[in-house]
Amino acid sequence: MKTTSLLAVVSAGALLVTLAGCSPDVSAGTSTDSAGGDAGSCSNTIVNKDAPQVSVWAWYPNINTVVDMFNKSHDDVQVCWSNAGQGADEYAKFSTAIAAGTGAPDVVMLEAEVVPGFILQDALVDLSEHGADDVKANFSAGAWKDVSSGDSVYAIPVDGGPMAMIYRADIFAKYGIAIPKTWDEYAAAAQQLKDAGGPFMGDFGSNVPAWFTALMTQNGQTAWDYDSSDPQKIGIDLNDAGSKKVADYWQDLVKKGLVDTKDQFNTDYIGGLTNGSYATYVSAAWAPGYLTGAGAGATGDGAEWQAAPLPQWDPANPVSVNWGGSTFAVTTQAKDKDLAATVAKELYASDEELQDGVDTQTIFPLNQKMLASDAFADTPVKFFNGQTANKDVYIPAENAYKGYTYSPFTTYYYSELTKSMVSIIDGSKSGSESLDDLQKTMTDYAKAQGFTVK
Amino acid sequence: MTNPAAVLRAPSRRRNLRRPWIGWLFIAPFGVIFLVFLVAPLVYAFYLSLFSKGLATGTTFSGAGNYVKAFTDPEFLSGIWFVIRFAVILIPIQMAVSLAAALVLDALTTRLSRFARLAIFVPYAIPAVVGTLMWGFLYSPTFGPLTGLFKVVNQSAPEILSSGNIFGGLLNIVVWQWAGYYMIIIYAALRGIDPSLYEAARIDGATPRQIALRIKVPMISSAMVLILVFALIGTLQFFTEPQVLRPISNGSITSSFTPNIYAFDLAFRFSQFNYASTISFSLGIVVFIAVYIFLFASRKRRGGLS
Repeated sequence: MKTTSLLAVVSAGALLVTLAGCSPDVSAGTSTDSAGGDAGSCSNTIVNKDAPQVSVWAWYPNINTVVDMFNKSHDDVQVCWSNAGQGADEYAKFSTAIAAGTGAPDVVMLEAEVVPGFILQDALVDLSEHGADDVKANFSAGAWKDVSSGDSVYAIPVDGGPMAMIYRADIFAKYGIAIPKTWDEYAAAAQQLKDAGGPFMGDFGSNVPAWFTALMTQNGQTAWDYDSSDPQKIGIDLNDAGSKKVADYWQDLVKKGLVDTKDQFNTDYIGGLTNGSYATYVSAAWAPGYLTGAGAGATGDGAEWQAAPLPQWDPANPVSVNWGGSTFAVTTQAKDKDLAATVAKELYASDEELQDGVDTQTIFPLNQKMLASDAFADTPVKFFNGQTANKDVYIPAENAYKGYTYSPFTTYYYSELTKSMVSIIDGSKSGSESLDDLQKTMTDYAKAQGFTVK
Repeated sequence: MTNPAAVLRAPSRRRNLRRPWIGWLFIAPFGVIFLVFLVAPLVYAFYLSLFSKGLATGTTFSGAGNYVKAFTDPEFLSGIWFVIRFAVILIPIQMAVSLAAALVLDALTTRLSRFARLAIFVPYAIPAVVGTLMWGFLYSPTFGPLTGLFKVVNQSAPEILSSGNIFGGLLNIVVWQWAGYYMIIIYAALRGIDPSLYEAARIDGATPRQIALRIKVPMISSAMVLILVFALIGTLQFFTEPQVLRPISNGSITSSFTPNIYAFDLAFRFSQFNYASTISFSLGIVVFIAVYIFLFASRKRRGGLS
């Protein structure tokens, strides 16, 4: 009896020890000697094993090539890269790491629109104290404004999304449509297509609030008056006359059946773009790369894609707007912030790395080294059947881009704007009404979150 | 647990008194996991739910304030209302389908029944995400078969994922996914009934239908209650299917479509961990109340029957 109970005690104890044994870091080795430490193990090989490491989260499709290039050309620092998901998935992990106070990487890839929100959570380092001005000259004023707040800089731009309209030259030719230069011409062309039994002119999808925001910005919306140096105050102006005009315009197109109302970025929509359900795709500079990656190539299916400048409200005063794009930011959890800032400034910034990004159509480079080069301007884009779309459309659009001030609650705003867009689509509210309601919702939200609304 | 004084005074009872102490050691492995992975997170989430933090303010203790906010939050309440409606429609359909399938399979003795049993169970074996993605494609106006089918009769296919039809679309997916699982539970319960009862019933002149409805169904009522509770809890915590369909739902699945989606979005998209904890706990309260009411009602009725 005694032996049995002793055995029981011993085995129960052994179990406990085994369980406890599960918790220590088993993935030690590659990751623990990085500057930040606990952001997970590297997905790339470290070339220079003696150099300090900086952990990076990024989701560019060609990032492994870029990281290898970076590591081979740097003796003083090595990048330890891992992919924590794209967009919202990565932000969810990053938010959790911030709340937990541990687990974030040293350098994180962010879209410019979420930067102020993370600044407010004290998650990002002011790079102006870590030599950000060294690279300021590499970027257009608009691109730099997107990542700045006053004199502070919180991220280094990499990839941009100056907007343009890509269209199906074959469909335009078939129905005798001229390239619309204004939104009025766009609506007229849409009507002409419908009358002739053609496809939809475009798409107004409720899941692209960033797209709609850009289009309202084009007509004079200055939604947010916000500065991260005075983070408790915000001005909100979403229902000005210009924005309402844009909302009513698209509702009218929807109501007349001139544009589709499909959600974008899914197989259904890509399928529609490929099989000719849409004559235009109002999109940004990343569209050709994205569509090529999604299998909607220019050749094979008879689709002749071409790029044209974004239609304007006032052709005498054209306005350039941006949709998407990404940056590198340094997190407050980085142990060696100077080193992390070096990576943020220099990763995806050498000629070789930028060239790979351009060749693989992964990014539209914001770095002037590439943007201002003749080689980039004169590159015939395969997706557009050899059209020099960079020179013709995208580079002028980027250079004319003035920048945007984002709110610190972009994801919530987009979620609410999506609801407004649904009501614009189903006609339950007029475009103007839905923006009035949105203004009220966002003002109430800002107040509830403790902001003083100017 | 052991009283040393008692041990000293009554050495003859020593062995009896030591037994509970040893027992605790036996459950310790389970206890540790239970505490670390279930109780501790729950306690922590509850602790979080008592504080509030705005984006522009610091963390302040708000006590029950968040709960008052949650139960007056139209977004949360509309989500609760949706899952309750969904449960009320879904559960009877699911029960009827799985019960009918189980009764038929129980009555069949051919080779076909083994194949049918497997075929009905397969949807449950498919991961929920994969199954939902598959239905997403079937519902798609571009890729799905509906457009072609409706073209035959010169009609345009309905948009199943539009805000008017999403209820039915989700209902179909969930029934497809879970009916097989519930069928297996009912079937197992049916197999546990002593066959001599059927023989006695036949001798008394009962028809096969009477045997099914008067003998089999009452005999497996406890299994039915079990799956009802499973279905109720599962439906109130509805998350996976709408979350997967969201990117193709054309805006009909919002960030507060179900309470769980709302909690997820609050935490991981809007960085409001405290309020998200409150929403999670409030949902827990609602589930607890619903299950309690159901068990109370079913217990009473069964008591009345016997």
